[in-house]
Amino acid sequence: MTASVNLDHALILAAALFTLGLLGVLARRNIIFILLSIEVMLNAAGLAFVVAGAKWGETDGQVMFIFILAMAAAEVSVGLALMLRMYHMLKTLDADAAGSMKG
Amino acid sequence: MNAVFYLSAFVAVIATIMVITRVNAVHALLYFIVSLLSVAVIFFVLGAPFIAALEVIIYAGAIMVLFVFVIMLLNIGSEAAEKEKQLLSPQAWTGPASLAAVLLGELIYVLVKGGSGAGGIGIIGPRQVGVSLLTKYVIGVELASMLLLAGLVGAYHLGRRYRKERRRTA
Repeated sequence: MTASVNLDHALILAAALFTLGLLGVLARRNIIFILLSIEVMLNAAGLAFVVAGAKWGETDGQVMFIFILAMAAAEVSVGLALMLRMYHMLKTLDADAAGSMKG
Repeated sequence: MNAVFYLSAFVAVIATIMVITRVNAVHALLYFIVSLLSVAVIFFVLGAPFIAALEVIIYAGAIMVLFVFVIMLLNIGSEAAEKEKQLLSPQAWTGPASLAAVLLGELIYVLVKGGSGAGGIGIIGPRQVGVSLLTKYVIGVELASMLLLAGLVGAYHLGRRYRKERRRTA
């Protein structure tokens, strides 16, 4: 309780988590993992907001995190529905399999 | 509190690396839940206990359950039972369990120490967040509700029986 947490390090952690999520999106081709990596990135962005809010002693960062949470819930529900639909149509979860359009 | 922060940051990074390198989706989900829990500990240390609770309840609870449901929905088949057997083997759950044990140790440490949570930073509690949410950001709340409605309708539309569409295109 004596030493305060270094907020710069918390921001570095948020950046590291975001980078890991970005790497996941770029490297993985399974659509489940792409969605999970997007979740990692959203979570890291929310962490950055909360750290900034703690830095200024304001509630804005936490309010922003709640909005990110609502957005993530909507995004995941639509994304998973799309994933189910893609699996039914293509019988695979490979994102590259859905790479070509008709016509 | 500093040690708690760095330990949970370490756990978060390790768990996230495991998330993006797993082959099995359920293993990745287990690691991701550990990652979310450690970020929740970090929120608690940063003086945001309400957000920490939301992270556990909504992220690690609701959203991850949605993921698990869909993954379980996808591999209905003969290999599902084998997967189940494989999930019960120790090598599937020792990794996430040991990382979660670190978090449990931190939790016990904080409880025994009896601190209020924030490491030298002021705590911003649920009351202030709620007041700010419903006064300054009330339009944002309305927009979020519309977004959730759109998500609900979109998921329903995409998730309905696909047989109908095939007939339409044929």
